[in-house]
Amino acid sequence: MKLAKPILIAGAVLATAGLSGCNDSKEEAAGISPKTMADALHLVMDSDRAVYTKKIVNRLAAKEKVIKASEHFEDEKALVLPAQMFRFGAEMVAEKAEKNPDINFTYSLQSLWPINKQNAPKTEAEKTGLKYVADNPGQNYYTEEKLGDTTYFTAVYADTAVAPVCASCHNEHKDTPRTDFKIGDVMGGVVIRIPIES
Amino acid sequence: MSKTSSNLKYWMLWLVLTLGLGGYLGFSILNLSQGKTDNTELFLPGETTHGHHNIEMACTECHADAFGGEQTLQNACVQCHADELKLADDSHPRSKFTDPRNAATLEKIDARYCVSCHVEHDPDITREMGVTLPDDYCFYCHEGVAEDLPDHEGLAFDSCASAGCHNYHDNTALYEDFLVKHLHEPDNKEQARIPPSNISLITEYATAYPKEDYPVKTLSMQEQDGPAHTDIESDVVIHWSASSHAEFGVNCTACHVFESDTQWKDHPGTESCQQCHADQAEGFLMGKHGMRLSAGLGLQTPAQARIPMHKESHDKALNCTSCHSAHASDIQEAAVEACLGCHQDQHSLNYKQSPHFKLLLAEQQGTAEPGTGVSCASCHMPRTVVEIDGEKQMLISEHNQNANLRPNEKMVRTVCMQCHGLGFVLDSLADKQLIESNFNGRPGVHIESLEMAEKKQAEHLEKNPSHDKP
Repeated sequence: MKLAKPILIAGAVLATAGLSGCNDSKEEAAGISPKTMADALHLVMDSDRAVYTKKIVNRLAAKEKVIKASEHFEDEKALVLPAQMFRFGAEMVAEKAEKNPDINFTYSLQSLWPINKQNAPKTEAEKTGLKYVADNPGQNYYTEEKLGDTTYFTAVYADTAVAPVCASCHNEHKDTPRTDFKIGDVMGGVVIRIPIES
Repeated sequence: MSKTSSNLKYWMLWLVLTLGLGGYLGFSILNLSQGKTDNTELFLPGETTHGHHNIEMACTECHADAFGGEQTLQNACVQCHADELKLADDSHPRSKFTDPRNAATLEKIDARYCVSCHVEHDPDITREMGVTLPDDYCFYCHEGVAEDLPDHEGLAFDSCASAGCHNYHDNTALYEDFLVKHLHEPDNKEQARIPPSNISLITEYATAYPKEDYPVKTLSMQEQDGPAHTDIESDVVIHWSASSHAEFGVNCTACHVFESDTQWKDHPGTESCQQCHADQAEGFLMGKHGMRLSAGLGLQTPAQARIPMHKESHDKALNCTSCHSAHASDIQEAAVEACLGCHQDQHSLNYKQSPHFKLLLAEQQGTAEPGTGVSCASCHMPRTVVEIDGEKQMLISEHNQNANLRPNEKMVRTVCMQCHGLGFVLDSLADKQLIESNFNGRPGVHIESLEMAEKKQAEHLEKNPSHDKP
């Protein structure tokens, strides 16, 4: 699978943030594949997401009860929900990446049991991938898909309930289609897309 | 005459007309680009929307690059509207649609670009809010809404954004949990008050103001520093000495001698006021009254408006002192009489028969508490918060009327709910006749979204008794 040069460079830069001293030729020589790039991106996303959920939201809202977490965080003077935190980051990346042609990837948080129905899988790859990671704990799903005029490398990773608040908030939300989540369950998936051919 | 010679005559006529028209247009473009003439109207392809007609002769405000396509137009939209969309917590920001997973949806409606829904210069297809799509556009993405929300079964897609329930961009007063939080509020709140002005903080806020030259202290008539011939008993000086300007040390030269220009100006422009009132000036330049000036088209006059204006005001050029007397700084005059001096639409004409005006009179006469009166500016130029050094908050009057004019649900939180309950507000704003009468009576329209939200909440609580909050 061949990755376009800008994407390869972007992948190297993003996936090896600590190696900022590398020059372009070394990064190209590294020959990072879309899968490696997606895996690296996901590792960062998943870790940041777990830290925010456990050390901020679960600690302050559920354990110490010093502040609420709310979807309407501005009106309620509350913490941003972990899923919102993730989506705001994804939207900011999309905005910044649009202005930088060397960086070209997108990511989103989706679920087979979404509270907001716009976060249900839309493409065949998303539908298959989300089901696969829910049915096969510990495994990721990789494929290629053509959307519009572009072919993408698409990776789907399980999104798991890492703290009690993940399960309880989803189970108790009035728009949830599922009410039996428990800690450790796969609640959805992170979908990362990297264009490989346009 | 032979047929050949007749054809030749027609060909010659066609050639002359084509060359003549082409030459005229070419000459016009050349002169236009060199600023020699202003015959832009020749190139206006169609009537513009209510939002842009004031600046329709400033083509490059939107068409900055002749061959830039959608992105050029998008940049122009964002340049003027990005802040208000951010403030409204836009429900459909561009960033929601740039993910390739939306590729199939974007083929139906490309929501990444404003012009996909807001085409300019096409009055035949332009609807309210400048939308140029059919009213049922929500269908494209929310076709299956009734499967997830059974209470939406049977609701027509052309009623989503036209029945007081949803807006495409601004739902800050319409989202479900907000409705639940404000169920069963009284029509008129017990503590109905407009937030009081804290304009005295302006001495900290106006960082560009030369405080060393004009320290904050109350000035007397004798301390005025106008030209040598100034009569200190003139109306100008008397008015100034009673104004907040004199109270805060703003002497004559602070406004009439602007920055490095040492020449006295009898009629200083907006830039002079901007020294202290930057946000108000910015709002003015973004709003209906000042956007022509901002686009380099000169001062707006009421004659150029599309809504009815009093004939005698038609030639009045609008700047800061059109509404604010230059020396008396009478806010009440600016908040009512200045508006009614020009505006002749039915809503304006009915203001002085409205309950809002009665409240204003009572406040002015001292029979009602401060903050209970409602002027034109109370609703159309409401006080909004600006931060000073990230700590203190000053309330300033929003001088961009567009910020809370259309759709009128923009006014719900910033204006109406200061005094009225949410249900009463939504019903009132949906009643066009009531608005025309300037709220003289009760709403004759009812928006059902609060009942729908209440019912859904009750069903949820029945299943989950421990959830006593939305």
